[in-house]
Amino acid sequence: MNNDKLIIGGHEFNSRFILGSGKYSMKLIEAAVKDAGAEIITLAVRRANTKEQESILDYIPEGITLLPNTSGARNAEEAVRIARLARELGCGNFVKVEIMRDSKYLLPDNQETIKATEILANEGFVVMPYMYPDLNVARDLVNAGAASVMPLASPIGSNKGLATKEFIQILIDEIDLPIIVDAGIGRPSQACEAMEMGAAAIMANTALATAGDLPMMASAFKNAIEAGRKAYLAGLGRVLTRGASASDPLTGFLRD
Amino acid sequence: MVKVNGEEFDVAGKTIAEYLSTTNYDPKRIAVERNGDIVFKAQYNETLLQDGDSIEVVSFVGGG
Repeated sequence: MNNDKLIIGGHEFNSRFILGSGKYSMKLIEAAVKDAGAEIITLAVRRANTKEQESILDYIPEGITLLPNTSGARNAEEAVRIARLARELGCGNFVKVEIMRDSKYLLPDNQETIKATEILANEGFVVMPYMYPDLNVARDLVNAGAASVMPLASPIGSNKGLATKEFIQILIDEIDLPIIVDAGIGRPSQACEAMEMGAAAIMANTALATAGDLPMMASAFKNAIEAGRKAYLAGLGRVLTRGASASDPLTGFLRD
Repeated sequence: MVKVNGEEFDVAGKTIAEYLSTTNYDPKRIAVERNGDIVFKAQYNETLLQDGDSIEVVSFVGGG
């Protein structure tokens, strides 16, 4: 297990839990990062506020890789613009491309995501596109230079779990990049299941932000993700099509 | 007038560095865009704000 690294764009990580930082107090970030064992944390880019002196960066522990997203972008052009600004903020060249045209379901626009991925990969970004799980789109993202593919499990912030399970499995089986399940994972058991399926990592935000005890839930997710990863590496036991199979010897019964 | 993050300010003629020094923005924690193009930190001292410019000043916030 010690050699089991998550590799994204040539960078190695031990943790397979990517932590969101939205919708909760900056003061909880340090505890969340620690209890999640996270090495990557997502951020958003917004107009700066002159009244707030505090920066979220003051709360993120040293050595954590920042993964700015392009939230707010409605097309490839806007996503590229936000990514460039994020890089100018001086915290590395990772970017999670996230492009949405509608504000009701917040579904990613796969076609614009492919375009933005290609432009940003050519500019040297480590591009991690958030997408609706579709094999053809995932292949286009590979060709566009993506460093990972991030399919949604269910609508953002819904905590509804693996609604797209079959299609994520297809991506895991067919795409030769880390498949990181992003959006919709609400419970540690769902994160564990995705990892058992062979997902490379889990990204979660709302599941923690809306939990009763955020750092404790971060810890629960950490354990679930590690358990799922181990189960995947171990190879799951087979499932019988029908009938039963005894686990105990079928000889030596205490009877004549 | 110069538009900064959607608000009009009477700062035409100042450099970006001069303008930023009159605000509470933390220069280490922002990025600046002028009319859609990034202004790199090394250019703050030489970039003059002109009437009609549109400036965006951004920073990181929590997000997923």
